[in-house]
Amino acid sequence: MEEKIEKHTIAVLVDNEPGVLARVIGLFSGRGYNIESLTVAEVDGGAHLSRITLVTSGTRQIVEQIKAQLSRLVPVHKVRDLTDNGPRVERELALIKVAGTGEKRIEALRLADIYKAEVVDATLTSFIFELTGATEHVDEFIALMSQLGMVETSRTGVLAMAKGPVGF
Amino acid sequence: MPEQKLTGAQIIIKALKDQGVDVIFGYPGGAVLPIYDALFQQNDLRHILVRHEQAAVHAAEGYARSTGKVGCVLVTSGPGATNAVTGLLDALCDSIPIVCLSGQVPTHLIGNDAFQEADTTGITRPCTKHNYLVKDVNNLARTLHEAFYVAKTGRPGPVVVDLPKDVQFAEGTYVPPIEVKHKTYRPQVKPDMARIEEAVELIASAKRPIFYTGGGVVNSGTMASKLLTQFVKMTGFPITSTLMGLGAFPASDPQWLGMLGMHGTYEANLAMYNCDVMINIGARFDDRVTGKISAFAPNSKKIHVDIDPSSINKNVVVDIPVIGDCAHVLEDMIRIWKARQKRPDPAALKEWWTEIKGWQARNCLNYNHTETVIKPQYALERLRDALKGKDFYITTEVGQHQMWAAQFMPFDQPNRWMTSGGLGTMGYGLPAAIGCQIAHPDSIVVDISGEASFLMNMQEIGTAVQFRAPVKIFILNNQYMGMVRQWQELLHGSRYSQSYSEALPDFVKLAEAWGCAGLRATTVAEVDAVIEKMLSINDRPVIVDIAVDPKENCFPMIPGGKAHNEILLGPADNPSNATPEDGMVLV
Repeated sequence: MEEKIEKHTIAVLVDNEPGVLARVIGLFSGRGYNIESLTVAEVDGGAHLSRITLVTSGTRQIVEQIKAQLSRLVPVHKVRDLTDNGPRVERELALIKVAGTGEKRIEALRLADIYKAEVVDATLTSFIFELTGATEHVDEFIALMSQLGMVETSRTGVLAMAKGPVGF
Repeated sequence: MPEQKLTGAQIIIKALKDQGVDVIFGYPGGAVLPIYDALFQQNDLRHILVRHEQAAVHAAEGYARSTGKVGCVLVTSGPGATNAVTGLLDALCDSIPIVCLSGQVPTHLIGNDAFQEADTTGITRPCTKHNYLVKDVNNLARTLHEAFYVAKTGRPGPVVVDLPKDVQFAEGTYVPPIEVKHKTYRPQVKPDMARIEEAVELIASAKRPIFYTGGGVVNSGTMASKLLTQFVKMTGFPITSTLMGLGAFPASDPQWLGMLGMHGTYEANLAMYNCDVMINIGARFDDRVTGKISAFAPNSKKIHVDIDPSSINKNVVVDIPVIGDCAHVLEDMIRIWKARQKRPDPAALKEWWTEIKGWQARNCLNYNHTETVIKPQYALERLRDALKGKDFYITTEVGQHQMWAAQFMPFDQPNRWMTSGGLGTMGYGLPAAIGCQIAHPDSIVVDISGEASFLMNMQEIGTAVQFRAPVKIFILNNQYMGMVRQWQELLHGSRYSQSYSEALPDFVKLAEAWGCAGLRATTVAEVDAVIEKMLSINDRPVIVDIAVDPKENCFPMIPGGKAHNEILLGPADNPSNATPEDGMVLV
């Protein structure tokens, strides 16, 4: 019997101390869990707290195990499965460099306008677009740009937050 | 009062004393010289000089497991720390509280590939419960107190504190343990009462129940063992335990079915397979215990008590998880059981015991005793009888002798049995015995060993001699890595690839060379006299070489990938057909 693979977005609040990211990543590689994306930055400088947002996939049993293993790490304050906790906002930021001239360059600019991507660098033969949105929105734009001279992409990975008035 | 300044090394000594440490196992080196100098200038902390850092950790494990205290280790940087890694992982797998202090190159050299530099926190991250690198002497005392707190609370485990040499020299302020509270780490020890109530109702409704207990009961402390015994007696249910849990319930009690799992008893494994309610207290559904997961106790409802939430539903999905410390959980279960005036179903229980007695009648630990060759089981039976009524502790190495020791040595108290369960570390037993003997100088400490395992840390004889630890090393010498040979017979056409012990030393002469007593038994008739002589020597270590049947295999055995009811009772059970292909890849 094959169990269903689920995709989960998990937020982890940790002490911002040396090695904490290595602990989280080592846990995933050592136990054979998937990481689809992972972002980390300090969110409270005074309290030295960082927030890790990670997207992982596995059976329900594995996802529960991942959360339990994360909670077990000593510098971890909180673990929340955003996929299991009502509606949420997910956003990614991407930088996309497109090189070319003529009709393709004009088409790229036209699509950027439709997708609400911002031009953050321009030369006579290239643009860098900045795009923020849900993962699918970014994926779509990149798929289009790949046919119009895209030479480089950089993505932040997913940031996420539960909707409503309650904080983490 | 002005704040008194101490050097980092002095802070370390003060913190250890304040944490109640009286013995530290270690080995000096360049990066820990300031700490050794501070040790030299005081008399409260006793330092036991080992011969290899792996043994320092195992000795601290033996000390910790036999006392219930935190074991303490001190090693130097680079090779000192890397040598300790096996011991640290051993302690992690078996949940033994250890604090290991390691020297590090001075902070300004970290990352420069300095002499004897290793990324100790990087290397030990997956083999410790937690680790620290202290870069500021003013964080030193706090960090050390935190390390002890993390090591001993919740599910215990090893913690490394890496100490750059400049921090050991620098002056800073000391803070006592009372002022240190951990920011995040608060393991849940008190269970959720709703779960306890559900569990008690299920236990009371059981027709074919079994208690399956583990090392968590021992780790929880002696009160947990007392409460377990009380609850098991109240219910009249049968009880089995994992390798790590032996002694938590008295083996002399008629409700005791012996150890379960791959080399567990027939009755324990069959009772697990056929039970309708399984009460797991402080065990973790390890693969040595469950065998084939899909056929593991297939018609049972399962209660799982564990202090570590990540143990719940990891290998086996359970019906009632109870997160908490065993002693608290058992206390609450007993209270609810009494308050609700629960009684087990006497008719069902009587029927269940009749079935179990039928399995017990198979006498699964029976072996073919001969007068011509010493069977390892016979040697252990004689040792068991000679130790009866005495104050003794047993450690083991890893392999066939370990499983026979688990089968044949009865423990009526916790903390008397020290073995490497999770990691299966050959070479564990001798240093663990030394650590245990240091903690209990007047007790009998026997390392039940095999000749191959003994060779792995035999340098520690020097430690035992130096510190007058009269450990007894009881070698069941079959001239094979017996468990490897047994698996090669089962799975690899009896091709004994590298599993024989060649060029063995004369163990009696080896003992004499170290200034120990050396004894040997080569015939059945000599066994009793050798054991008697061994137990009479209390002023130096004893190495006993028992020449046992080289071909004897360890039964019962559940081959890898098989279920509990597919247990083999002896070589006549046709081991060649025993293991399916998907089981062959299992270790």
